[in-house]
Amino acid sequence: MKYDLVIVGGGPAGLAAAIAAKDNGIDSILIIERDRELGGILNQCIHNGFGLHTFKEELTGPEYASRFIAQVLERGIEYKLNTMVMDIAPDKTVTAMNATDGMFTIEAKAIVLAMGCRERSRGALNIPGYRPAGIFSAGTAQRLVNIEGYMPGRRVVILGSGDIGLIMARRMTLEGAKVLAVAELMPYSGGLKRNIVQCLNDFDIPLYLSHTVIDIQGKERVEGITIAEVGPDRKPIPGTEIHYDCDTLLLSCGLIPENELSKNSGVELSPITSGPIVNDSLETSIEGVFACGNVLHVHDLVDYVSQEATNAGKNAAKYILNGEQKAAKQIEILPVDGVRYTVPKYIRPELMDDQLTVRFRVGQVYKGCAIATYFGDTLISKRKRPVMAPGEMEEVKLTKAQLAEYPDITNITIKIEEA
Amino acid sequence: MYDVAIVGAGVTGSAIARELAKYKVNACVIERDEDVCNGTSKANSAIVHAGFDATPGTWKAKLNVRGNEMMDQLSKDLDFPFQRNGSLVVCTKDQDPALLDALLEKGKQNGVPDLRILDREELLAMEPNLADDVVKALYAPTGAIVCPFHLTMALAENAADNGVEFFLNTEVTEISKADDHYIIKTNKDTFEAKAVVNAAGVYADKFNNMVSEHKLEIVARRGQYMLLDKDAGSHVSHTIFQLPSKMGKGVLVTPTVHGNLLVGPTAEDIDDKEGINTTAEGLDSLGATCSQSVKNVPLRQVITSFAGLRAHEVNGDFVIGEAEDAKGFFNAAGIESPGLSSAPAIGEVIAKMVADYLSLATNPEFNGIRKGILNPANLSVEERNELIKKQPAYGNIICRCEMITEGEILDAIHRTLGARSLDAVKRRTRAGMGRCQAGFCSPKTMEILEREVPMSMFDVTKNGPDAKIVYGYNKKI
Repeated sequence: MKYDLVIVGGGPAGLAAAIAAKDNGIDSILIIERDRELGGILNQCIHNGFGLHTFKEELTGPEYASRFIAQVLERGIEYKLNTMVMDIAPDKTVTAMNATDGMFTIEAKAIVLAMGCRERSRGALNIPGYRPAGIFSAGTAQRLVNIEGYMPGRRVVILGSGDIGLIMARRMTLEGAKVLAVAELMPYSGGLKRNIVQCLNDFDIPLYLSHTVIDIQGKERVEGITIAEVGPDRKPIPGTEIHYDCDTLLLSCGLIPENELSKNSGVELSPITSGPIVNDSLETSIEGVFACGNVLHVHDLVDYVSQEATNAGKNAAKYILNGEQKAAKQIEILPVDGVRYTVPKYIRPELMDDQLTVRFRVGQVYKGCAIATYFGDTLISKRKRPVMAPGEMEEVKLTKAQLAEYPDITNITIKIEEA
Repeated sequence: MYDVAIVGAGVTGSAIARELAKYKVNACVIERDEDVCNGTSKANSAIVHAGFDATPGTWKAKLNVRGNEMMDQLSKDLDFPFQRNGSLVVCTKDQDPALLDALLEKGKQNGVPDLRILDREELLAMEPNLADDVVKALYAPTGAIVCPFHLTMALAENAADNGVEFFLNTEVTEISKADDHYIIKTNKDTFEAKAVVNAAGVYADKFNNMVSEHKLEIVARRGQYMLLDKDAGSHVSHTIFQLPSKMGKGVLVTPTVHGNLLVGPTAEDIDDKEGINTTAEGLDSLGATCSQSVKNVPLRQVITSFAGLRAHEVNGDFVIGEAEDAKGFFNAAGIESPGLSSAPAIGEVIAKMVADYLSLATNPEFNGIRKGILNPANLSVEERNELIKKQPAYGNIICRCEMITEGEILDAIHRTLGARSLDAVKRRTRAGMGRCQAGFCSPKTMEILEREVPMSMFDVTKNGPDAKIVYGYNKKI
């Protein structure tokens, strides 16, 4: 089998990349999706709030996905469902498998990685205690409730204040469960401010910052959870324990880009994001392999995923039509002083688009600070931000014109400074 | 009336059952839990010891070496993963190298083949990640790793296929002696058997003490472990033990047959024979201790932690054989480490004793061959496509982390002593055992169990009757 472009993953990133590639002149496209329908995790996100930036209205997850799916169908883009990509070779041969075609290979001219992310599990968090039923990642509980229609618990404690956990606090409450508390290890929430307000405050669910689960009781099903406050070293402080009689623990402690395929193919990954290292065209260390969405770095809003994926699709189309463009110069973006990483990491001034959005997250909560951008040692811009938090993505916009004024710089620094 | 009833379907009880099936016998295994391999057998170091550690002349020494010898053929006959990766007991510069010599000497007396002591240079060529302080090690090439789930299930399935009856979810509450047989009361039926084999793990003392004045005392010795991602699986290739010291027996670092890295165990005597919880102190101590033998163990890649209980009899050795004052009551008790390694040999010895007691004839129809669950990853692409054509479920990946297909899960459910819970599917196929720890695949596996067993979604459990996953439909709980 041969396709110009293979897109691994039919969630919001894969869909937007496919649409953009088609609109930029590529006809031979295949989307490979492991689940039974297109749309990815959006299908289980039945709450609203999606698409404010893209469509200027509040959509549910399935509605947002369906608009992109409709565009894919209109364009006649091919896709395979219930199909697992087993391997991506460095020469862009994709091996995949499903029940009807068996195991098959596709020679692709370009690949877009759009596999999304997974949730950090109880095991990875090393929470001591028993291992009974009733411990779910928030996303698994969300699938059970919203897709399958089953209630995984009656009395619930949530560890971690990631967005899915906050959403599930509200969701479980609306379906008749009692959510007793949300504990967050860090002194700040990992989720969006609006979710704290709408999902916890509005339902009188307490949020305990700087708290963690120190014990899980119950041999077959969860019977109780003990949380405790943690000190600055994140170790539990004796005497601060709070015990809850409950049957369920939901975990919302971070998302990890699913890059096993990327890694096996030889794509270089960032230790900070766990996603591929990319340049301004979202191309990875392997020529013709692009990445976008949560497999690249975990996003807060799906709108940004769609924007990013649109760029990846467009750039993949360019690559297929014109081949790899060699740049004389590549500038590295250095994230320092509170900026944890940037996507992209490298910029090629002569090849970049006229405007480029650099996205990143900060390492802690900052109040009354500013995002400063330096070309070499020269301060180029300083933008005040009343509040910045690790749960929300930040951005800096760079233009080709700006960079043209500084032809000699070798790096760009983005950092958090006093306002 | 059964000829013999075995209490406990762990690796010991299952090995005994299979060996007994080589005789013409009416035998049953009575197991408290919903699946075989659900106690000590499922939570241990997953290694087959070479046999240098036990005191010469003890049951532990004899049965370990014999069990180790038996594993190659057994793994072929019963189709379970087994790998002779060799083991090293490392000695650091602060430790007494004479202790290594003593181990070597014990090993020779026990009949362990090919033992030798290696210096640092030879060691580094074998294991570049050994700690900087390691100066010498005892190398045992016959040390091995095994999948304890598959070993136990293979033994049990093969026993069942040869006519041994298994009663799961059946908890023995009382054993008493009648004139020429035993009466075994359970939470369900009452069983009668001419002979009883006590393979009840941490509870073996309780059952022995119901019929014998030679009291046993079994202490639950907890061992906590951390299992690391397959990315860390090649950090070491041999099983690395620490020299036993005043500070305790130390922890081992070993690859598993499935390619993960395992670090553990702790050793804590506890009162609760159900205390399979991990503790913050225990897990922290593993991290600190393992660095004494292996450097830079990537503990950030832990995917799960667990604890198991060793059945430690206070006199230190396995308790093997007929209770003196209870004819026909055979103990396989105190089976702590090296119990997994010894299990096939324990089976042999106990079955022989029972056969002699009951004057059993050999069973000419015994078929000792069992096929494991097919792993399509071991097939060529052509073979795999043939398989998918015939059985499309083998083309449908359910567990994305371990790449486990629906076909394998169907096999796990429909074979002898088939899986009835998420954990039972997991132990048989590895679905849910990978880095996401069943986050993505558990709803799919639940659907398959619901459809195939068939059973109500509300009766699907993680492991055991009260381990329910979902309570009801939305808004109806």
